[in-house]
Amino acid sequence: MAIRNAKIVTVSGPVIAKGTVIVRKGLIEAVGENVTIPADAIIVDGEGMTVYPGLIDALSTVGIPGAAPAAAAGGGGGGRGGRNAAAPAQTAAPAAAAAAPATRSWGPEDRPQTTSWLVAADELQAGDRRVETVRGSGITTAVTFPTRGIFAGQGSIIDLVSGEKAAEMVLVPEAGQYISLGGGGRGGGGGGGGGFPSSLMGTISYIRQLYLDADHYKLVKDAYAKDPRGMQRPEYDRALEGLLASKRILIPANQLLEIDRMLRFGAELKQPMILYGAREAYRPEAIELLKKANTTVLLSLRWPTAPARAAASADGEDTNESLRTLIERDQAPTAPAALQKAGIKFALYSDGQDTPRDFQRAVKKAIDNGLSRDEALRALTLSPAQIYGIADRVGSIEKGKIANLVVTKGEIFDDRTTVVMVFVDGKKYNPGETAAPGGRGGAAATDDPGPGGKR
Amino acid sequence: MKKIILGTLLALAPLCADTIVIQNATVMTEGPKGIFKGSVVVKDGKISEIGEKVMVPQGATIIEAGGKFLIPGIIDCHSHIAGSGGINEGSVSVSSMVNIKDIINSDDIAIYRALAGGVTTANILHGSANSIGGQTLPLKMRWGKSAQELIFVGAMPGIKFALGENPKRSGNPQGGRGAGATTPTARYPATRMGVEDVIREAFNDAKGYKADWDAYDAEVAKGMHPIPPRVDLKLQALKEVLENKRYVHVHCYRADEILMMIRAADDNGFKVRTFQHVLEGYKVAKEIAAHGAGASTFSDWWAYKIEAIDAIPFNAALMTKKGVVVSLNSDDAELMRHLNTEAGKAMKYGGMTETEALAMVTINPAKQLGIDKTVGSIEEGKDADLVLYDGFPMSDFAKVEKVWIDGTQYFDREKEIAAQATKEAEKKKLLDKEKAAQQKTQPTRRPNQ
Repeated sequence: MAIRNAKIVTVSGPVIAKGTVIVRKGLIEAVGENVTIPADAIIVDGEGMTVYPGLIDALSTVGIPGAAPAAAAGGGGGGRGGRNAAAPAQTAAPAAAAAAPATRSWGPEDRPQTTSWLVAADELQAGDRRVETVRGSGITTAVTFPTRGIFAGQGSIIDLVSGEKAAEMVLVPEAGQYISLGGGGRGGGGGGGGGFPSSLMGTISYIRQLYLDADHYKLVKDAYAKDPRGMQRPEYDRALEGLLASKRILIPANQLLEIDRMLRFGAELKQPMILYGAREAYRPEAIELLKKANTTVLLSLRWPTAPARAAASADGEDTNESLRTLIERDQAPTAPAALQKAGIKFALYSDGQDTPRDFQRAVKKAIDNGLSRDEALRALTLSPAQIYGIADRVGSIEKGKIANLVVTKGEIFDDRTTVVMVFVDGKKYNPGETAAPGGRGGAAATDDPGPGGKR
Repeated sequence: MKKIILGTLLALAPLCADTIVIQNATVMTEGPKGIFKGSVVVKDGKISEIGEKVMVPQGATIIEAGGKFLIPGIIDCHSHIAGSGGINEGSVSVSSMVNIKDIINSDDIAIYRALAGGVTTANILHGSANSIGGQTLPLKMRWGKSAQELIFVGAMPGIKFALGENPKRSGNPQGGRGAGATTPTARYPATRMGVEDVIREAFNDAKGYKADWDAYDAEVAKGMHPIPPRVDLKLQALKEVLENKRYVHVHCYRADEILMMIRAADDNGFKVRTFQHVLEGYKVAKEIAAHGAGASTFSDWWAYKIEAIDAIPFNAALMTKKGVVVSLNSDDAELMRHLNTEAGKAMKYGGMTETEALAMVTINPAKQLGIDKTVGSIEEGKDADLVLYDGFPMSDFAKVEKVWIDGTQYFDREKEIAAQATKEAEKKKLLDKEKAAQQKTQPTRRPNQ
């Protein structure tokens, strides 16, 4: 298959004003200005269109039906996704809290809210309708995570193909352990049946204990493997196995205070770490900390929004919001530009904003607040690919890489731009035609979102 | 819980000066120099000289006190401010694995308000939901600094214990916070004897844990390479108590449970550093003094539950007379803002002198927290934690004008008031901007856009 006469934004190299991309067996066979189109190729005329690499959502729950959309739960800040979801409130119970423990936990030994051994790839369902909705935004690849509990399990990198078998979607099965801190959503009360941990400090101490246990477990296991004679056998512990199998951890932090707290905590855990959420990354102090720690950041595209009542009221009498909250709302979308300027490695993630309209608007807001269009694209293609170590197969339009492509009319992320075609693993999808209502986002993945986009 | 009204972040940037001279002040030192009229010189964050007449160093910033009162920064021995995500890990009877240090919330506006009430140091305690609670530490109220920068460097960390109704009610299916809980999930203990049992049991475990580690350390010292025991954060904190590396602060009310606690501590070879609340302390003051514990109580706050009923306003004075080091604490973000008048009440009830009364919110809590070598009084060489009041500091009418911590000014009443209009204007500007943006986007959201 060949797309010809199109503008090609390769991301890794210069923009090709008019060129051709050849796709064969799911891979990019060739790309360039003067590429000979094989005789057997199906030709797509790209006149007036632009080809981009498929977008990568660096933190998602797509493909795992029943999972709540991932949310930056930095001591709160969760909330369920969907287009009408309220702005992330600091105190909102995160998705994890919904998973009530089957039995009461009496301490770290009970491994509360822990499914660290889960791998998203094993939980995937090929029929998840969100796949199609999300693909409508031009997202071809997602790093999808189980998100319930404190140690939710490992995320997997998947291509958003619609197929019979979920296994076809998997690019990399183990992409890192998803940690959330919101499990202690009971306000740290008197402990009437809540179970451990019931507070943030409880959750932190549990995570610390589990990594200490994992270190010790490994030590004992290795010693036993060397010479079991005369030694009590170490008890198998799947929670610790899950930790040891994870090559990186994702930790939430939104406010400057949380960023500071989690950078310190992450250093203590001695695990390769990615910080997710990062709402206050616009603050110079936060930038300085992130830069100093040489941290990788996944920045949520769910910008804080004004509560509905503030909008409804005609005069300024309505709000007892703090100046700080107002500043945060005003400044949050400048965070990507600030990260870019500081040279901090970051990627953007949709944070449950599934519909093309919501997604496009969220990215556009970052661009309107100083992020260059090129960097916005990079933060949704090559940067996440590099962060997850898969830049050798996705993230840009290069010979030999997986044929994940987005073809648009107009510049990507503009509100009047149309996503004409999406290629995943070389398979062509036309968002407009195949859209079916009833995806998780509650709306069809159409080029024109049409009515019902009111927040 | 707390509604932050405004100015969380934009409070005045602390003013830092290398050398300050506060002159013509009425200085209540709470140290050997007593009360005098004169000057205090601050250099590099420390008090470098005090006296009726001092050498004014060149280039020093002069603060003219005009006869107003300068006192050492107030120290609150029992506070729960400046924490994120709850200060009670109440799910278990022994939660010594949790640590307030992990959740310091430097954004809590209560810090600034405490500062405006003259508080410069606060002992941030875990709640009282369980027999053995979490790890604690004192913070300095350095508003505007990061969480770690609030930590009182060099201070011994602590741990919270609790006796009586709070720890037992969680396990009581008949009432309290455990009312909604079904029996299988109700937490032990449900009685006072159960509370004692939990504490003794925990120290049995801690001793075993300590023995394992001591044995390991001994083998390592001999050059051997054994596999270390598992680190248990819960028992680690109690091991530190046994090794005198962590102070024990015990929430209590009744005389009988205070005696129980002293026996349990003696039997297990550790000391109670302070009894907190200790409303019946006047009944067992001799025993508290003999154990070497301090008492941190309320001036006149009681009767909020049955075990807090047999209380008298003379408690602080009576315990002091029996040789107990007594402090008055707040346990509350609001009360924290006027600990000066709490101290003043001891002058009426118990006939304490003004110096003795003020000591209960300055040098005495410093002694209880083991930080009296650096704070708690105005003495040469100590940290320049100072509060300037516009009148006699234990009067209801006294207002805090300026507060310094380590010689840096963190509160200035005049400047705070002057800055409020600017903050309001900034807030309005942001709200107007938001409204304008909303009006702009709304009409464009039409179906056939």
